[in-house]
Amino acid sequence: MKKKHAEHENSGYGVYVVTWLALLILTAITVTVSGMNLGKVSVLTALAIATIKGSVVLAFFMHLKYEKPMFTVMFYIVLMTLAVFIGLTFFDILFR
Amino acid sequence: MSATAGIAVHHHRDYTGSKIGMWLFLFTELLLFGGLFLLYSVYRAVHPEDFHHAAMELDKLVGTVNTLILLTSSLTMAVSIAAIHRARKGLSLVCLALTIGFALWFLVNKYFEWGAKFDHGIYPNSEILLQHSHGEILFFGLYFSMTGLHGLHVLIGAVVLFVVGIKLFKKPFETIEFDGRGLKQLTGARLAVVDERGGRLWSSDTIDDSVKAVEIRLKYHPVRKRVRKEDYAALENSGLYWHLVDLIWIFLFPLFYLIT
Amino acid sequence: MGNHAIAKNAAPPSFYETKRHPGIFAWIFSTDHKRIGLMYMMAMSFFFFVGAAFGILMRLELIAPGKQFMDPQTYNAFFTLHGVIMIFLFVIPGLSASLGNFLLPLQIGADDVAFPKLNLLSWWLFMSGGLLALSSLFTRGGPPDTGWTFYAPYSIRSGTSVSLATFAAFILGFSSVLTGLNFVTTIHRMRATGMGWFRMPLFSWALYATGWIQILATPVIGITLLLIIVERAFGIGVFDPAKGGDPILFQHLFWIYSHPAVYVMVLPAMGVISEIIPVYARRTIFGYKFIAYSSIAIAGVGSLVWGHHMFVSGQSYTAGVVFSLLTFLVAIPSAVKVFNWVATLYKGSIVIETPLLWAMSFIFLFSIGGLTGLMIGALAVDVHVHDTYFIVGHFHYTMFGGMGMAFFGALHHWFPKMFGRMYHKTTANIAWGLVFVGFNLVYFPMLILGWQGMPRRYYDYLPEYQPLHVLSTVGSWILVAGTVVLFVNLIRSLRTGEKAGRDPWGGTTLEWTVPSPPPLENFEEPPIVTRGPYDFGKVVGK
Repeated sequence: MKKKHAEHENSGYGVYVVTWLALLILTAITVTVSGMNLGKVSVLTALAIATIKGSVVLAFFMHLKYEKPMFTVMFYIVLMTLAVFIGLTFFDILFR
Repeated sequence: MSATAGIAVHHHRDYTGSKIGMWLFLFTELLLFGGLFLLYSVYRAVHPEDFHHAAMELDKLVGTVNTLILLTSSLTMAVSIAAIHRARKGLSLVCLALTIGFALWFLVNKYFEWGAKFDHGIYPNSEILLQHSHGEILFFGLYFSMTGLHGLHVLIGAVVLFVVGIKLFKKPFETIEFDGRGLKQLTGARLAVVDERGGRLWSSDTIDDSVKAVEIRLKYHPVRKRVRKEDYAALENSGLYWHLVDLIWIFLFPLFYLIT
Repeated sequence: MGNHAIAKNAAPPSFYETKRHPGIFAWIFSTDHKRIGLMYMMAMSFFFFVGAAFGILMRLELIAPGKQFMDPQTYNAFFTLHGVIMIFLFVIPGLSASLGNFLLPLQIGADDVAFPKLNLLSWWLFMSGGLLALSSLFTRGGPPDTGWTFYAPYSIRSGTSVSLATFAAFILGFSSVLTGLNFVTTIHRMRATGMGWFRMPLFSWALYATGWIQILATPVIGITLLLIIVERAFGIGVFDPAKGGDPILFQHLFWIYSHPAVYVMVLPAMGVISEIIPVYARRTIFGYKFIAYSSIAIAGVGSLVWGHHMFVSGQSYTAGVVFSLLTFLVAIPSAVKVFNWVATLYKGSIVIETPLLWAMSFIFLFSIGGLTGLMIGALAVDVHVHDTYFIVGHFHYTMFGGMGMAFFGALHHWFPKMFGRMYHKTTANIAWGLVFVGFNLVYFPMLILGWQGMPRRYYDYLPEYQPLHVLSTVGSWILVAGTVVLFVNLIRSLRTGEKAGRDPWGGTTLEWTVPSPPPLENFEEPPIVTRGPYDFGKVVGK
């Protein structure tokens, strides 16, 4: 499993296979959990697992972990923008 | 005189710039779906039980299989890129073909999944759907719009990957060009292909003023060190798009199929 | 791009003379940012006059109560098209697509933008969207009558060509997104050696901030427009109360883009003012960094205030209070800019030229617009003036008094650079005078009318409102006359204007170091930057 990377080297096949296996496992977990009756927690769990899966895809498949920090900063700005759009809308929805 | 890549003239190409451009485009896609996620979060907050109830009518198995298909297609996509960086063009093309295959399989599953819904009378504005509660109508409205928009992106992705694949198939591994000042330095010389012992296998005519440009294209088995990432920016950037399509589904899947 | 030797003494041919294709294809197939910028400018000027024609006709109808020559349905279509054309085809592409395309690479010392072919695609999308929008005039359902805001549920039910118009707007949005993406990448990657971020001209800073808004906000209206089409075609119900949908959510999604869109309109305009003022005050801009940062601040905070369009829509009071507070905050960075511009003028060596007249008009008129904006940002005030002529006056002062003035000023300031000629100054100044007087005659009465209760988008009105309507209509004739004189003068100057050198105004930014008009590849040698952009120490105009 190659983890060390030179500046312009990209991930070895191994990293990708491990990433994929992690994603499969996380999918199995999330499907199993959804079958259990956990009420409110199940939504949060599903979203939390989805977030982990998404982060893994971003970091390893999309290489964000190895790119210049600027790319990650930009990505967080985008996420924050979406969060703010949804969040401010909820100031309306929740207080009608 | 031996030719060195040092005096070759390369076209202006900004690898990092094209990567930035692709990421910025991906951000627009995130915001495009984001509007739909906004609608989903609002309507879910207002109709939690209805959403929960409606989700039970979706086929979790198809959803899970489709998730696995897309996740695996991301793997083959990543391997395709890693392969070309290691000068394994054959492996790269095979993995790309697999990725496209997975995309089409996803779409076929979607076709049958939607078809089943339509057969049960569940589609936007159908009589049966309108008899359901508001929350359930909205759930399915969002289901068809969001998975529909996503499916459209899968289709577009497959087409893009196909085009990139054709270009990759036809692309020489390495192109060394001489024009302008670089060419002047070759005047009076000849190009030659020599074997390890210096024996001449082939040589060209003498390069004189009538020659406008010299271009050397290598089609087979270059040394891995000479593969430049920059030359495969199109494949990489298409890969980024494909992973985004996977990323969006990673969120759509639990929000529609797993909230039972 | 091959190397070719250029004799040091011979001036390189201008980009007009260097064609890759014959005839009109030299333009419509060109990936040269200068040609693309000019094509946008021509197209936008055409669309401006089309939009203005709708405006003139509306004002003519409103000269007296009752019907003059237009029926109510036509009136509704006219105000819709006036809005759609002016907003999506003139003010939003605005100074970015036209001037930004021409100037950005020159200002940062590059030979083109990051993605020239994508740039050409942006223009093609713009033209397609524009023609598609205009084609709605000739459809069986007739042009849309929903207002440019396409509010649900009426936009879902209207029998007019709403889907066509919204699809056109979708394509225009795509064009805008690609331009923003292009400019952001260009600024990150293609600045000349030595041009750190804080040596970049303020117009380029403005384009950077604008690019981010285009990237992040436009997709939201993209999906909203698609949802209207899908809703009309398939009835999914997301905005239909009968199916549980919420029309107010449409307004949220719509304004999440359309409010930041006004900053897409005005930030590049403010950038132009930041370029013009130092040149005609002959001193460096006051507070460069503050102006640069304020562009980013406006983009950021401006994305948080959209609910102020919805104070009386039925959204919660809590949301109203939150959005009102945020709206007051966004005035601060704009005020910073106004202060810095005025401070730059103070004790400067002022030269009164046409571009400066336009820049000062911008400051005055945009300030009126901004101050009225603060008024309507207050919840209690807005309850009374929402959907009245006060709002119409407000946004014309900001959009037209803002971006419009800056556009005209920019046309004059960079006219020599783009066309190699000076414009006829006296006529230009007369045009300015007519526009300035006409503008205030049209729109100031609207502020009063709205305050007195005259609703907007109304075809008819009570007799007590007539005097101010007459004033406004007469003003519209003067305003349009002024713009016609302006454009005719500029077109005339293309042939008969005095030839211009590299730097007729004594500007210090990089575009003034190349010939007028520039050669195809902009710079003979890539420039090396050693100073800030507004250092007037060594420059003398010619």
